[in-house]
Amino acid sequence: MVAVKNLPVREALRKALMEEMERDERVFVMGQEVGQWQGTHRVTQGFLDKFGEKRVRDTPISEMAIAGAAVGAAMAGLRPVAEIMTINFAFLAFDALINHAAKIHYMFNGQFRVPLVVRAASGWGNQATATHSHTPEPIFAHFTGLYVGCPSNAADAYGMLKASIRDENPVLFTESIALYPKPGPVPDDVDYLVPIGKGDIKREGKHVTLVAYARGVEWCLTAAKELAKEGIECEVVDVRWLRPLDTALVFESFKKTNRAVIVEESLPLYSFGSEIAAQLQEHCFDYMDAPIKRVSALDVPVPYSHDLELMCFPNAEKVIAAVKEIV
Amino acid sequence: MAVKTQKAQQAPPVSPELQREMYWYMLLSRRLDERTWMLHRQGKIAFHISAIGHEAAQVGAAFAFNRGVDYAYPYYRDLAMCLVIGMTPLDFMLGVYGKEGEPSSGARQMPSHWSNKKLNIVSQSASVATQVPHAAGSAFAIKYRQKVGLQDPNDPTQPRLAIVCLGEGSTSQGEWHEGMNWAGVHQLPFICIVQNNHYAISVPFDQQSAVPNVADRAAAYGVKGVVVDGNDVLAMYHVTREAVERAYNGEGPTLIEAKTYRPVPHSSDDDDRSYRSREEVEEWKRKDPILRFQKVLTEAGLLTQADIDEMEARAKRIVDEAQKRAEETPYPPGHAALGDVYAPLES
Repeated sequence: MVAVKNLPVREALRKALMEEMERDERVFVMGQEVGQWQGTHRVTQGFLDKFGEKRVRDTPISEMAIAGAAVGAAMAGLRPVAEIMTINFAFLAFDALINHAAKIHYMFNGQFRVPLVVRAASGWGNQATATHSHTPEPIFAHFTGLYVGCPSNAADAYGMLKASIRDENPVLFTESIALYPKPGPVPDDVDYLVPIGKGDIKREGKHVTLVAYARGVEWCLTAAKELAKEGIECEVVDVRWLRPLDTALVFESFKKTNRAVIVEESLPLYSFGSEIAAQLQEHCFDYMDAPIKRVSALDVPVPYSHDLELMCFPNAEKVIAAVKEIV
Repeated sequence: MAVKTQKAQQAPPVSPELQREMYWYMLLSRRLDERTWMLHRQGKIAFHISAIGHEAAQVGAAFAFNRGVDYAYPYYRDLAMCLVIGMTPLDFMLGVYGKEGEPSSGARQMPSHWSNKKLNIVSQSASVATQVPHAAGSAFAIKYRQKVGLQDPNDPTQPRLAIVCLGEGSTSQGEWHEGMNWAGVHQLPFICIVQNNHYAISVPFDQQSAVPNVADRAAAYGVKGVVVDGNDVLAMYHVTREAVERAYNGEGPTLIEAKTYRPVPHSSDDDDRSYRSREEVEEWKRKDPILRFQKVLTEAGLLTQADIDEMEARAKRIVDEAQKRAEETPYPPGHAALGDVYAPLES
């Protein structure tokens, strides 16, 4: 048994990144505000002092160049960890990530590798509105060639970021803004890795499978706790990675419970929920005892006004209501 | 280099009335802005992004074009400019509170993301510089409409140019380059005003650009580039006037770089003490554009202490009233989140 430390997600990420930079001098960070300002979300706090400007690069507001230059640096043998302040700005880097990072290894017959991690804060809250409030992880996961990691707690954040940095492929690594301050036990082991593509059962149960990632897991766990009081035992499957997607774990749970609710922070069409539901009916049809439910964001751009914003997103109550429809 | 620095004294005189009006709007914007910071610190509102320090650049520019008619693409720091164009302090307060009837967005968009069809203020997103290609497109539409006879080029009731503002930080974005290039290639009635406050949030200008002026890049686009003291409201007015005349006369686009400073954090979400010295901020506070213009006007005998006192009292009344009315206004009802994702068919 390794010792554990109780750390907020933000600190777990910081520790992982710092240790990887200490371990491998090819690893460097770049992005807006990562240096002098210590990181918009404080994940790179203290990095500029510790590693210096060579390895901690403040950049102009220039997402296309941040991602594009990171692709080039990766092909030239470095291991960039590029920070995009919030994921909505990653749309400006879409071409570099999707057309290049994700395709280069395949397109050029494996000659160049792109061992790149793009970290981006994701989610909504604090009235940041439509262009600032996005959870578009499934859009990125749509494209093959890119891995997409979305941790839901501190230990996963730690082990998943390390695995991403050590991998030979490009990873889009999203960090839920609302989860940064949430504490949790983190293994005190510099080589603690969460394998890319491996999901996790966050709570065992037998009546219904709740499938989620990132912040959705929190809503599922809260809902599961409440439902347990009424004798409904939920199994919470945290896929952790949208790509590769651990469908085997989802299927295994579903074959046990025969019911599923899929929870996602993002929009309902062409979504994580759509994908899981499609795969369940395709591969587990004979095990299905009820319609598969989805709890998604409302299909609108996110409004500013506080109550309207809250209305748009899933929460534990909405998960509970969905479960009760099928159990 | 094609860049020149404009001096106010080379230009024709500005009427005393207009000068006093400029002073008034700078003052009103400042007091409204200060109140909004206070409301944020009191926890009454979620977010504020400030125009403090930029008032001269914005007010000088705003009085130079056909405001309310020409297409304006202000950015989130352009409170003073938007007040001159015709947004009211109440409009702004409804925005920061996210209240029903907020005119820019119906409380859907963040505060200071201006949009007002009646005033031809066109909205921008939170991703910076995205408004530059949009403004180039609007300028293209103007030229197109004039060319095909849909619009008389001399009709002052129609938009005859598009003016777009952004900070120097946004000029690192590809969209700025692409928009500028487009405006240059098509020699559009287009004015780009870069309010260079020396910081892209925390990143200083020398880490954003290898050349000392944003306007130095204008030559590469076939656009006229001008550097101006952005804390000098009259200088700002004159260079913008000249750019407006060029646009109206079909002489092509202008890039105006207004050198200024933001003595406050980027927004209510950051603390600028981590990236710049207090001495630097204090030095710029001494160059405050409002105090500076007040001195100019007072020395020219165009403004008395009684005038200043009256304007201060009036600004306070207006800001108090705007705050009060915004606080009394209800939040939008739940169904307001749902409509309008798609436009209805034209009737």
